[in-house]
Amino acid sequence: MALDPRAAALALHRFGFGPRAGTIAAIASDPRGALLAELDKPNAGKISDAGLMSSGAASRMTSDFLAERAAKQKLETKRQEAAKQAARQETAKLAADNPTMQNPVSENAGMEMSADAKAAEAKPVEAKPMPPQAPPETPMAENFFREAKAHYDGAVRAEIGFAERLVWFWSNHFCINSDVTVQAGAYEREAIRPHVLGKFVDLLIAAESHPAMLQYLGNAASMGPNSVAGINRDRGLNENLGREILELHTLGVRTGYSQDDVLSFAKVITGWTTYLPDLPEHGGEFVFYPRFHEPGPQTVLGKTYRDTGFEQGKAVLADLARHPATALHVASKLARHFCADEPPASLVKMLRQKFVETDGDLWQVARALVMAPESWAPEQTKLKRPSEWMMTYIRTAGFNGVDARLTAPALSRLGEPLWRPPAPKGFPDVKGEWIDGIAHRLDTANAIAQNPANQERLDPKAMLETALGPLASADTRSAVNRAETKQQAVTLLLMAPEFQRR
Amino acid sequence: MSVRFPVSGHAATRRELLLGSGALFAWAFVPKIARAEGRDPRFLTIVLRGALDGLAAVAPVGDPDWVKLRGDNALKLDGATPALPLDGFFALNPAMPNLHRLYKAGQAVVVHAVATPYRERSHFDGQDVLESGLARPGRADTGWLNRALVKLEPEDGVRTSANGRRTFAVGPITPLVVRGPAPVLSWVPPRLPPVSDDTTARLLDLYRHTDPALARVLEERIGLSSLAPAGSPDRKPGEMGPVIQVGNINQVRAYFAEAASAAAKFLANPDGPRVGALALDGWDTHNDEGVVNGRLAQLLGALDAALGAVETTMGVAWSETVVTLITEFGRTARINGTAGTDHGTATVALLLGGALKGGRVIADWPGVKESDLHESRDLKATTDLRAVLKGLLRDHLRVDERVLTADIFPGSDAVAPTTGLLA
Repeated sequence: MALDPRAAALALHRFGFGPRAGTIAAIASDPRGALLAELDKPNAGKISDAGLMSSGAASRMTSDFLAERAAKQKLETKRQEAAKQAARQETAKLAADNPTMQNPVSENAGMEMSADAKAAEAKPVEAKPMPPQAPPETPMAENFFREAKAHYDGAVRAEIGFAERLVWFWSNHFCINSDVTVQAGAYEREAIRPHVLGKFVDLLIAAESHPAMLQYLGNAASMGPNSVAGINRDRGLNENLGREILELHTLGVRTGYSQDDVLSFAKVITGWTTYLPDLPEHGGEFVFYPRFHEPGPQTVLGKTYRDTGFEQGKAVLADLARHPATALHVASKLARHFCADEPPASLVKMLRQKFVETDGDLWQVARALVMAPESWAPEQTKLKRPSEWMMTYIRTAGFNGVDARLTAPALSRLGEPLWRPPAPKGFPDVKGEWIDGIAHRLDTANAIAQNPANQERLDPKAMLETALGPLASADTRSAVNRAETKQQAVTLLLMAPEFQRR
Repeated sequence: MSVRFPVSGHAATRRELLLGSGALFAWAFVPKIARAEGRDPRFLTIVLRGALDGLAAVAPVGDPDWVKLRGDNALKLDGATPALPLDGFFALNPAMPNLHRLYKAGQAVVVHAVATPYRERSHFDGQDVLESGLARPGRADTGWLNRALVKLEPEDGVRTSANGRRTFAVGPITPLVVRGPAPVLSWVPPRLPPVSDDTTARLLDLYRHTDPALARVLEERIGLSSLAPAGSPDRKPGEMGPVIQVGNINQVRAYFAEAASAAAKFLANPDGPRVGALALDGWDTHNDEGVVNGRLAQLLGALDAALGAVETTMGVAWSETVVTLITEFGRTARINGTAGTDHGTATVALLLGGALKGGRVIADWPGVKESDLHESRDLKATTDLRAVLKGLLRDHLRVDERVLTADIFPGSDAVAPTTGLLA
């Protein structure tokens, strides 16, 4: 087959995380075949769990840490109280021994002031500016950065990164928020990764029944009004997860479901909750808890589901996964994500068809996306999200992994904090939402180029060939080659349209 | 990063160094042979990255073809802003009164029509040749200044007595000129310089040619006024403010002055380093060069103020100091179609310091008639920059002449060191 380095470079940017040194040449003989082959690798979409906590373990660790810290604080408070008491008694004793001292206790009666505070009050406090000290990193933060590194390293180390891009896509489709749960990283590994090349229905059930999702969208505390716990505790329904499944995860907004459907569906999934995190064995893990579950049959989208407990919810999800509106919703989102903000209707139609024909086989749908001629339009119109752009830089520069403590905050500043989307809809996927951040990207590119630690590594000419090769316009080549310094050349390369878009 | 050096006397404090956002690279030892002669030489190299227009810094006002060549952009001895006369043939850009004063005091030397052996026109390759000391671009990983330091025998009594150790913090950033085996102290600012006007303008130019949507956003975000030439009306209050902090000329002035002063404080300290280097960017003047009153004049003014600060800060050590300003190549002899100059060949090297036998322009003047120009476009190089650097290293720091040819500037056998540069 004839070499097609241009299609190879396009494949790497559009379907992967950008080229690494030599990858354009490596797949130039068959860019499509290379993408398909990546989907067929053993463990495609998965990363090693070594050294990473399961979602339950992360919850239990957090619960243990917070409980132990609270106990320590309580002990410390007690110790300070005792010291204060002893100081009071000492002062009283002094006063009794020394009649010249005037009512030292009564003067301060009712005032909560420690001996230290009194000493400080006695003489003017010298302003001693203490350098602000960062509090020690909590084990939750450590866990987050371990997970973040595993997440980003998967993108950095992949040959092309198509399977990882699918992971990121589905992780954003079924997003959760790490402000709400310490299980964000584990969620992606447990609920998303195993299913991105499997059946949509399995992915859907894994995501909706994961404790991170149940916490994030409030279903963990949702109780059927007529459930045992609902009656006893006088609590009821939280319809949030039910609504978002219909609106965001399956059918899509305004596709014909009613408020009654939302309510009924929310009742169906009552009882989908988690063990309390302080339980030593299964704390933080998923449990179907019958006492929360609304008894009786429910009608969703015109179909009545009899009460089979946990299975009732799975049955509804299975039907939602096969609903035509879901096929269209997924096809549109995939086409928009990989190809264009306004994807060609023919592409969406073809993907929807494939989704329907294969009963939501995401491997087949991903292959169809690669084989579609519309996916190979030569124009790079999609503006990369900050994270995709950053991964392209890291791969271009030849790093083999990220320092999550640098990468994660940098991406937060660029508006894309990992696993913390602004809303359950996830991070936006059209350029209108991101293009205003281009000035911040320039600041970031400049900082990268000027960073002393990067000087040995950043060679603009080599990076230009590695990252863009045949995609580089004459204008971009000229801008990079004529730059005044290497640092300026690197900044211009990272900001070049061909580097920003895919 | 950690900074390890004996702080005493008038040494710059860490804070002062950090304020000066330049990065200084210095070698801590005192050269032994010079010491034995009773001297304590200081040597500061300033690399002007981007290719300084030598003809705009020092103009051949006595050349009959000069004004014809540059027209309205030619420095002249008459007019509203007259150039500062040097020797009857050459005159200095009026933005550089400090350099002029030093020249008149016999403490500055101008070397003109000078170039490295590099004859292509790529900044990166040109800088590689300039800083590596090699005759050709290539994978160079050491700089001439560092290799010179290796060959100097250190007289380290002073240093080790200062704090009892010879520890060096080797900084992660090392411009090629000081990269290499000799341990080098470095000070790196924790805060990165802002995106420069020039970088922003180049990116905007790229976007305007290739990506109108990105161009529009960038224009909005930076605010056009920050890119407008001096003298244009400012943006009205209330209009969208710039998101990017672009470096304006005041920031550049502060940056140059603080970086140079910080370097001088170290070199002036009796217990401080003796050899240092720093790089100042911004000389790539393709558009609206502004030789008088414009952009280049502002830059030269900033540089001149920084040089004045070096002289003042060095105090008594100025008499034993040589500062050398070098750039990768010169620019086209003629003005281009955008009122600037493109990459060229020969340029100037500026030397200043109390140790020099100054008040001279050293030039084997090639002329600026079309037939005199290199490839009919650039000032021809008649002096090899390596001769000047070899002369300084030999006579100021006492680097052995054979070593200079064998190790520091390999392949320069035919390039004899310039003699008589020092007082």
